[in-house]
Order: sequence, then structure tokens, then C-alpha cells
Amino acid sequence: MSTTTELAGEKTSHEQGSNPLLSIRKVAKHFGKNIVLRDISLEIAEGEFLTILGESGSGKTTLLRILAGFEQSTSGEVWMQGERLDTQPPYRRRVNTVFQSYALFPHMTVEQNVGYGLAIAKRPAAEIDARVSEALAKVKMSAYAKSKPSKISGGQQQRIALARALVNRPRLLLLDEPLSALDANLRRQMQVELKALQREVGITFIFVTHDQEEAMVMSDRIALLRSGELEQVASPREIYNRPATSYTAQFIGHTNLLRADVRQGTAACGALQWPTSLPDGAALFSLRPECIRPALAAAINPATVRFRAQIRDQVFHGATELLRVESDGGLILTIRTASRELSRGPLEFEFSTADAIPVRPTSLGSNSGSNSDTKDGR
Amino acid sequence: MFSRAYRTAITVPPLVWVAVFLLVPYLLMFCYSFWSVSESGTIVHSWNLENYKELFAKPVYWQTLLRSMWIAARVMFFSMLLGYPLAYFLSFHAGARKDLYYQLVIIPLWVSYLVRAYAWKTILGTDGVLNTLLQYVHLTSHPLDFLLYSPFAVVLTLTHIYTPFTFLPIYASLEHIPRNLVEASHDLGATPAQTFWRVIFPLSIPGVLAGATFAFVLSLGDFLAPLLLGGPSGIMISNIVVSLFGAAYNWPLGAAISLCMLALVLALIFFSERLEKKWSFQ
Amino acid sequence: MNHPAHHGSHWLTAHALAVFAFLYLPIVILILYSFNGQGVGGFPPRDLTLNWYRILFNDGPIWDSVVNSLLVAAAAMVIALLFGIPAALALDRANFPGKALFRRLVLLPLILPGIITGLSLLMLFRVTEVKLSLVTIILGHGTALISVATTEVFAGLQKLNRAQEEASLDLGATYWQTFWRITVPNLKLSIIGAALLIFTLSLDEIAVSFFLIGRDNTLPLEIWGRLRRGITPEINAISTIIFMFSLIAIVFWYRLRTRAEVTPELVAELVEPAGNR
Repeated sequence: MSTTTELAGEKTSHEQGSNPLLSIRKVAKHFGKNIVLRDISLEIAEGEFLTILGESGSGKTTLLRILAGFEQSTSGEVWMQGERLDTQPPYRRRVNTVFQSYALFPHMTVEQNVGYGLAIAKRPAAEIDARVSEALAKVKMSAYAKSKPSKISGGQQQRIALARALVNRPRLLLLDEPLSALDANLRRQMQVELKALQREVGITFIFVTHDQEEAMVMSDRIALLRSGELEQVASPREIYNRPATSYTAQFIGHTNLLRADVRQGTAACGALQWPTSLPDGAALFSLRPECIRPALAAAINPATVRFRAQIRDQVFHGATELLRVESDGGLILTIRTASRELSRGPLEFEFSTADAIPVRPTSLGSNSGSNSDTKDGR
Repeated sequence: MFSRAYRTAITVPPLVWVAVFLLVPYLLMFCYSFWSVSESGTIVHSWNLENYKELFAKPVYWQTLLRSMWIAARVMFFSMLLGYPLAYFLSFHAGARKDLYYQLVIIPLWVSYLVRAYAWKTILGTDGVLNTLLQYVHLTSHPLDFLLYSPFAVVLTLTHIYTPFTFLPIYASLEHIPRNLVEASHDLGATPAQTFWRVIFPLSIPGVLAGATFAFVLSLGDFLAPLLLGGPSGIMISNIVVSLFGAAYNWPLGAAISLCMLALVLALIFFSERLEKKWSFQ
Repeated sequence: MNHPAHHGSHWLTAHALAVFAFLYLPIVILILYSFNGQGVGGFPPRDLTLNWYRILFNDGPIWDSVVNSLLVAAAAMVIALLFGIPAALALDRANFPGKALFRRLVLLPLILPGIITGLSLLMLFRVTEVKLSLVTIILGHGTALISVATTEVFAGLQKLNRAQEEASLDLGATYWQTFWRITVPNLKLSIIGAALLIFTLSLDEIAVSFFLIGRDNTLPLEIWGRLRRGITPEINAISTIIFMFSLIAIVFWYRLRTRAEVTPELVAELVEPAGNR
């Protein structure tokens, strides 16, 4: 668990450690010869918003389905508040799911959909009515109580699916890529609303997505899953600023991966050199494009590394632009700067030595010296 | 996007054929029902309602019709009883072997009606397989009469024949149900049994209606099984029609009964479809 | 779903087995007794023999009726496809007055008891003074089975990607060229499947044929005639053979049907010729 200082709005690490709601212990899942999850161990705190982030095929949906009860793990255990969870069928767990395709019952009205879980639990009619109205109000869908699911839009169906799950006051809410079918603007809006809703109801959310930006916006912590293994589990800031592996550095945000040789406290990559405390030998460093800037002052600062490079490509992205530059030593780097006119000739650039973060190589990482075209979610 | 010539070419030939061989014959049947047959055995083209009066006057006709409907209702009921759980089993519990089982169900469907009716005839007779088996294991001491040449035999045989017919639409509608609805129901706390009654069954109703209509309508108009296995107590309305077109030679009367049957069947289909639409939510 | 099994599924499996037994036992018994020396009935079967099959092979009228059935089936298949394929196309892509009625009429023989189809056609032939013969049976089967062709081909059309035809037109092919190079090959499997099904159904058809029969019998009617006179084990033998053929035909049809999906390779293969003007 991280012990870095957190800004207001994020849970403190001491809260995370004190009352784990869910304990996933060495869970593995095989489908025949196909190993989908290997040895996943994770503790989730009460009231936390945790995102399981990963590419398709990473096993994130499988993990979620094991928590919901739609799959059985091949080995390992899941405990919730001192009781074994994974031996129970889905209808006995105090866990509810928001499905990717919403899974609203087409033959029932919105009201009936939302009240379904309460009706099954045989709550009195008055209580059901009250709680359903409350839930619909929370997702701002009160006007549609008597409509049928086929008559409302995708975004509206998604809210109903959310209400239907939340109305049961589960201990844990699982969300399986619920925003993936929405268009970009609606998606951004829902991200904010979901986060606020979670704050309001205080229920633990486990959210699955392949979109790293979405994960960063919404989560208290991100669990990055790659090929069935947890690559890194940390808060968004932590995982962005201090990626543990090259995969993490590339998957979340853009980065430049620098292959360097360390000799007696100095890392050297082409013409670039900076001090490091790593032992001698080959090493990999992650350098975020926004950490490189055009050099301004003429004076040389020992805490920065300077180099000369020629701009090969300039791509406009609105507020910022991405420059592809080639240094004198032949190194290709990606730089993100505020949009401005830059001369075509060779320019001086610099970055702080602290911004070169050492990362562990991931066996399936890229081979090129610099890699800035990370996937923005697949 | 298709040219005039193309559209004409694909529309006209089938339209003409259907008009000549389907529409006109039905119209003829309509006309025949108002004609009568003379003493010497020729058809008299005078228009009257005699045939219909006869239908309502003589008890034998509407009694037979009611008996036929009762037989058809029992066939419908039993083939649903057999077909629905089978369809459910295939759709939700069969897993990888689903396809194989499906083929196994449709094979009997297309294998000669005659062969299957004949098989039952040989099984149910007094010297048949079932009777001799029962006596062999000493469950009975003499052959059971009611097995053959009775409404029982007709219902049994027709159930055997039409169970795959009811299975098909039910299976199709069950397959259409997205599996995540079942998961969602479990997720919200419903047991498999509750999930079946609240989610799966309501969504399968269109298939149930289609299957029930098939079984009822086809049984109602069946004349082969009664001829083979029905005996005097198992005569159905179509048998009367057959004899009117055969030995009893009264085509107009036969046409009148056929028309009534056609009207009844069309009405059933119409209502069934209305109900199906009401219960389909896709 | 992998939640722990519940008792319900045991009952369900038992029920399914019972239904399969109910569906197949009569046929199995039939086959078994076709080898029974004692003839039909009696239990248990003994004296295994091929006698009945031997008698069957020497039975002239049966084989005449088989030939008739094959002729009728082939002709009915041609008619049903000739009119059923355009009917499916018309329902899919043309709008004309009376379309709703047309659709109803075309599909009606599927759900109507055969007696109504048979009798109405009988009246037509009587009024037009057409003598009953194999030809009238062919016309009857063809009419009834158009509905099968139409439903099969219509289903195949739904799977057809409209964009392929549009691409073909875009690349310069005319409607007719598109029809033969794109539409028909895509429907190939549906058409073959429909043909197989129609042929098999025609061979077994008895309800409609019953009223349209002339001097020559089809196989089902020949068997029917003998049944009226009494049961002979020979009929078990011919029934077994019919069952075997139907079994093969239907399994084949089913395989074809499930393969009637348009794969990306098929698309590439089809669009190419259209581009070479």
C-alpha cells in the first residue's frame, strides 16, 4: 500500500488498511489449458472505489464474474467481512452487479426492474415503493418509472441498471464496463456522476474498464491487470507518477522508455546522462512526454538533463501538441508541450533528473528505444 | 434500389402461382359449400345455405367437432408438457452438446408421419409389443383393449408426432433470451426457480403460443391417425369430410365442413398471433 | 453459469431422457421387429431374419411406387424452388399491393392441416376437369412446399449483408449481374438446404397426396393401401429403410443449414469478380 501524501478527496492509506471489506486470496482461473487468472491477491477497503484496469484478455471481466458468482475460481478463496464468499451462489451474496449490456428485463417496467431484488426478498410493498422512488431520484430517472426498457435510451438504461443494483444496498457493487457503450460526452458526464454517487452512498465499488483515463478520473485505487496477473495496485497519482514496470508506464498515459547503461551511479542513454542509485548494468527508465520541455535559461542546472534535437513531427492536439524529436545521438523522443510555434531548426530541450523513473521491464514490452504510442484503451 | 424489371420478375410468377393454386381453390371451396348434390350424384350449382343448416341441425357433426377439439386440446397439452422442459433443458443445461441434442429432436420430426403412426399401431395392438410385454412380465393377464382403436391411441400417436413441433418454437424463443438476464436475476437475489417463473417463462410465451397453436391446429385437422388407430370411437371431423369426398359422396357438404374448419383454424392463428405480439418485448 | 448444481436439473435431465425415449422407442421397435421372424407384435422378438427384406425386394408394386415418389419429389422440388425463391426475394425487397395477403397465402400450407390444402386443390382439378394423376400430386406437393422454400431462403436472405449487393452495384455490376454473382452464391447453402428438405418432405407426404391420387401410387400411399388391408412385417422393413434415408437427409440438411453463414473469405471471393469488369 502506498504511503505517499494524498490530496484532499482521496482516501488515506491508513483507512485502506484498517477494515478490508473484501479479501481476494490467491485466486486463479483456468479454462482448460487456458490460464486466465494467475494467483490474484488483493484486499479492498470498505467504501473504496477500486478500478480493475486491463486490456481485453487481461482477465478483468473473469475476476469480476468470480466476485459476482457467475464463475467459480479454479483455486483460491474470496472472503467478505470474515465470511467465505466464493462458495455461495450469486443469489445469496450481498453483492450486486451493473452489467455491461445493462440486462434490464424487457417485460417489466423501469419500476418493476428496479424493485425486482426487493420483491424477491419479499419486502413489504410500501417499502419497495419508497426505496424504488428514492433510487430513481438518485439516478434522475423518476419520470420514467412506468416506461419499458425498450423505450428509453442507452444512457438512461444504464442509470436504471445502476438504480436496480443500488436499491438493494449491497455491501459491494460490481460494475462491468458500464460506460463503454456510451458516446464520449455522455461517458465523461457519467464518470463524474458515478464518482459523486459512490461518495454519497458510501458503498464499495469495484469498477472494470479498459480505459485508463476513465480509471484515473474515478478511482481511489487502480489495480492494473495484465495477462491474468496484477501488474501494480496503487492510487491514480501514484501509478502515473511512479509506474513500477514498463507496461504500466506505457499503458497508463504516454511515455518514453529509455534503455540505459548504468555505470557507477550514472545512467547513460545515447548522449543523455543522469545520476541514479541503481546498480551497474542495463536499466529501463520511464520519462513522461510532458516532463520534457524546451530549454529556456542559458544557465545549466545540475538537476536537469539537456540535449539538442531536431523536430521530426508535430501533431496538434488542441491545448497541447506532441512533438517527435530526434536527438543528436539518434534517440527518438516524444515531447508534450503547450501549443506554440517552434522553429524547424535544432532546439535545446531539458528534463529534470527526478522525472526519469526507473521501471522493471515487462517481458512482453516493446523493443524500440522510445515508445510513445501507447494504446488509449482497447 | 432494385430495378422495375427485377422486381416484376420476382413478384409476378409466385403471385400467379399462389393465386391459381391457393387462392382460387379456397374460393372454390367457398363456392362449393353453398351448392348441393343431386340424387343422381351430380353437383347442382344452386346457391343455398342447406349445407350449413345441416351442420348445425345434425348432432353428429358438431359432436364430432367437439370431440376433435377435445382430442386436439389433449395433444396440445401433452406435447407442451413434453416439449417445454425438453426445450428448457437443451437451452439452459445442455452446454456443448446442445447442437447434437437439437438434431436428435428434429430427426423424428421429419421422419415419415406414416412410419411413426404405423409403429404405434404395431405396438398398441392386442398382439402388439406393449400388450405382450405387459403379459410377459405379468403386469396384466390379458391384452388391454383400450390401447388401440380408441381416442387414447389417437392422442398418444399425435402427441408423439407433434411434440417436436411444439419444441421448435419454444426452443427458439428460449434461445433468444439473453443469458445476462438470467445472471442479473440471480445477482438480484432470485433463485433459479424464481428466475424461471419471473424472467424466463414470461419471455418464452410467444414460443409457447406458437407451439400450442401448431399442435392444436394440426391435430384438429388430422385424419390419418384416426383412420389407422382411432376405431369407431376415435373418429374426428376430418374423417367425416374424407368420407363425404369418398363413399358418402357429398362434396358440397364436405366443403362446408372444411370451410368451417378453415375459418376456425384461421381464427385461432389470428388470436394466437395477437397474443404473441402482446407478449414479445424485443 | 457455474453456481453449485441444484436438484431441479436432475429432474430436468431425467425428463429429457424420458422424452427422447418416447420419441425414439417406437421407431427402434419398428426397426427391431423388421428382423423378427415372428412378424410384428409378440414379445420378446426372436428368430432374427432378413426374410422380410427379401420379400420386400421382390415386391414389384412397392418399387413402382418408389420410382413414382422419386419422380414426384424431384418435380415438386423444382416447382417449389422455382416459385419459392422469387417469393422470398419479393417478400424481402419488393413492395406491392396485396403483399400482406400474399405472405399469408404462401405460408399458410405450413400450418394448415393437409386435408384443407388437398381438398381445395381437388376441387380445382374437378372444376377444370383435370384428371387425377401423378401430375396433380406434383402440383399439390409443389404448392404446399413453396412455403418451405420461401421460409428457408428468406432466412438466408436475412443473413445476407445488403452492403455486399450495394458494393457490387457500386463497382459497376447491373442488377442481374449482382443477382447471379452475389445474391445467389450467398444463398447457395440455403437453396441446397431447402431443396433437400423439400425432396424429403415430398417423399413422405401423404395428407395432400391422399386426395390427388390417380392411378399411380406414391410410396406412402402404397404403404397406406396395404395397411388398410392388414399389417405385414414387410412394412416394417420398408419403414426402416425410409427412416434410414430420412435420417441421413435430415442430418445432412442440418449441417448445411448451420454452415450457411457468410464468412469474410466468402465475401472477398465474391466481391472480386464483380470488380473485374
